[in-house]
Amino acid sequence: MLFASYGFLAFLAVLFCVYYVVPIKFRWSVLLAASYFFYCMSGIENLAYILVTTITVYFAAIFIERGMVEQKKYLSEHKKGMTKEDKKAYKEKQRRKHICLLAATLLLNIGILAAVKYGNFFIANFNTVLKIAGSGKRLSFVDVVLPMGISFYTLQAIGYLIDIYRETVSAEKNIFKLALFISFFPQVVQGPISRFEDLSETLYSGHSFNARNFCHGLQRVLWGYFKKLVIADRVMIAVNTIIQNSDNYRGVFCLIGMLFYTIELYADFTGGIDITIGVAEALGIRIRENFIRPYFSKSLKEYWRRWHISMCSWFRDYVFYPVSSSRLMRKLYKYAGSHMGDKLGRRIPVYVSSFIVWAATGIWHGASWNFVVWGIANWFILMVSEELEPVYTRFHKCFPNLKKRKAYLLFETGRTFALVCCLNLFDCYDNIADTFRMLGSALTVHNWHIIWDGSLAGLGLSVYDYAVLFVGVALMVIVSLVQRGAGVRERISQMPYAVRFALWYGLFLAVLIMGEYGIGYDASQFIYNRF
Amino acid sequence: MNKKVILRFFLSAFIVLGSLYFLQRLLVPKYASGIVEGAMIAEYYQEEKNHDVIFIGDCEVYENFSPQVLWDDFGINSYIRGSAEQLIWQSYYILEDTLRYEKPKAVVFNIQSMQFDKPQKEAYNRMTLDGMEWSWSKVKSIKASMTDKEKYLDYVFPILRYHSRWNELSKDDINYMFKKPKVSHNGYYMRVDVKPAGNIPDPKPLGDYHFGKNAYRYLDDIVELCDANDIQLVLVKAPSLYPFWYDEWEEQIVEYAKEKKLPYINFLKLTEEIGIDYNTDTYDGGLHMNLSGAEKLSRYMGAYLINETNVSDRRGDAKLSKSWEEKRRLYEMDAQKQYESINEGEY
Repeated sequence: MLFASYGFLAFLAVLFCVYYVVPIKFRWSVLLAASYFFYCMSGIENLAYILVTTITVYFAAIFIERGMVEQKKYLSEHKKGMTKEDKKAYKEKQRRKHICLLAATLLLNIGILAAVKYGNFFIANFNTVLKIAGSGKRLSFVDVVLPMGISFYTLQAIGYLIDIYRETVSAEKNIFKLALFISFFPQVVQGPISRFEDLSETLYSGHSFNARNFCHGLQRVLWGYFKKLVIADRVMIAVNTIIQNSDNYRGVFCLIGMLFYTIELYADFTGGIDITIGVAEALGIRIRENFIRPYFSKSLKEYWRRWHISMCSWFRDYVFYPVSSSRLMRKLYKYAGSHMGDKLGRRIPVYVSSFIVWAATGIWHGASWNFVVWGIANWFILMVSEELEPVYTRFHKCFPNLKKRKAYLLFETGRTFALVCCLNLFDCYDNIADTFRMLGSALTVHNWHIIWDGSLAGLGLSVYDYAVLFVGVALMVIVSLVQRGAGVRERISQMPYAVRFALWYGLFLAVLIMGEYGIGYDASQFIYNRF
Repeated sequence: MNKKVILRFFLSAFIVLGSLYFLQRLLVPKYASGIVEGAMIAEYYQEEKNHDVIFIGDCEVYENFSPQVLWDDFGINSYIRGSAEQLIWQSYYILEDTLRYEKPKAVVFNIQSMQFDKPQKEAYNRMTLDGMEWSWSKVKSIKASMTDKEKYLDYVFPILRYHSRWNELSKDDINYMFKKPKVSHNGYYMRVDVKPAGNIPDPKPLGDYHFGKNAYRYLDDIVELCDANDIQLVLVKAPSLYPFWYDEWEEQIVEYAKEKKLPYINFLKLTEEIGIDYNTDTYDGGLHMNLSGAEKLSRYMGAYLINETNVSDRRGDAKLSKSWEEKRRLYEMDAQKQYESINEGEY
């Protein structure tokens, strides 16, 4: 069931009615039933995957927590009879037991994800190796449908289990409640990847109907649909034309494609998250923000603190920290320190860990080398920026007032935006060679005349479409600017009724009339559904 | 305070419903010029419904028979309920819909649509179904006609289907939002221009010449519906040279008509007798008749209906005669206008 479908709207209408009619203590059960119904609509055969994840993670969490409780009990009971070495040995034995269980569960779930998402990618690469080796044998591809949201719910479930191991949260004793945490329908499609400590309480404690929250939730849903249907799906037509005919659309077309794709990605992904958060809000559930005006960032580092926040923090907490503090990295630190000096030696393990994180982030986005290169490119730019930090500092010492100037801030924002546009190119084209070829053409082919000679009309958009896009993007920028202060909805809610009505109804009409949906238009899935 | 809230609610609801209604009227296609076929189904509801003969079918009825000639020459009060590529189940439900209003003595059904067993194109569906007034017949017709990508809700709220027309609105959309001129003459789509039949493509061999189960099912339903209402059903095949009417199809229809004891007229075999001249009587190279061809066919059909069915001459009905007099005026005016356009080189 797509967010942008009549079925989803009907589903929401029924859910809202049922949710607020049943007694508060049963409301989480309604959400669970709704989430599983929603999930089944994507194909009942997909249910097996999410059930396996839920059951394995549930029991692993219970056993790990129980083991830890028993360990503490045992140690306190045998406090006097045990030597320090005995205690250490006992703890180590217990730790190994827990880590084995944790690793087995992680391997199983990551294995499922790898098999369904990356199986054919591995096969394709293996076949390439066979071809290079001169072997005539080839592995045949497997026909597996990617279960909806598997990348998101797997990370969420893994995060929960690691938190249990780290004793930062208590294991959920009710398997159905855990099932709800993993499958909660608005976020199972494209995130955000919530933490158990953030979501569990708000998810399980039923909420009374609050007209203000409900309206605010629906308003956010409407804004999400505007971004998705009016902007993202409209600009997508031009983006697809450019990408699918890369030989005909070179140079400035490529630059326009980069710009348009960056707009599409933002409108599509943040639109989807707006719908997710809005639906949850209408149900009284609070989900953490996943974006904080990312295109206003002044550096790539800042951008990654503001874009897809839940994914970035997940990789930071569950990949970067464990990897960077691993024995291997400690050894590397010692080795690098003794051979390269203390200063550089300290940075090497961080860079290696970052490299692993970014490569993993890239491959998580899609089973393609393009994404791996995209991740590594991000890592490279971030590392170079880090290395050049002393140069920037010296530069700004020479020009101390520069950072205070608006023009310079604009330059920094524009530079970061341009960088993001370039990086997004790896996401656009099918293979790395094409990506670099098009990037090269963008820099070397100067066909600027296409901007005014009517060539843009050949991208599948009419003058009216460009006008709608222009207004839509301007509206997104204005909303982002307003968001820096109080929330937009809060501001609007303080306006006179006639103004509020005109604004929200106007937005509704814009989606209804100018939205790219319905027959004749192939309703596209949200971009992040693919990941 | 409460009064204010209630007033605000009703005012808002009025604005929302009113504007949505207005927008929907604006955005739905008017079919007033260019492709006018989409307007014909709806025109029936403006008629006084006491017809003796109803023609049902696709372009092979609404372009090939002239109810005006049937009235003028035989006193037959008839109407054509046809639309572009009207599928057989749509014809069945249109007949069912017609019977809600009147009970004709005879129904003439063109069997060309037997060739389709599955829904075809959304655009044609819309031309047939949008014009129908809401009834169970329309609901069932929509359900039977929808292609994979179509949604029932788009029929209930056409704005959901036609919203994307916002950037192609024309003067017609504004001028004919609430009222539009008739495009047909009792369902007949008049064309006076001439394009002689020339290079008719060779028939493509088919994998299977049998009509589908679904098509037969609805043909049976049409027969049963007519039987149940004591209506004489006449099956016809219009003299269109293309799309090709295969011998294998002909055999099946002849067999069916024999089995059900139904009259069946294949006009392709009667062209000489009727005097159809494919050099002068068709406006699109043999696919459809022009006014001249349609009038010839109608004369043959009128004589048949008077002689072979219980349809009678009603020219003695003063009220009806007066109404047909007005229709004749419009009929002649339309023909005259088209001739003038031809002379001005518009065709």
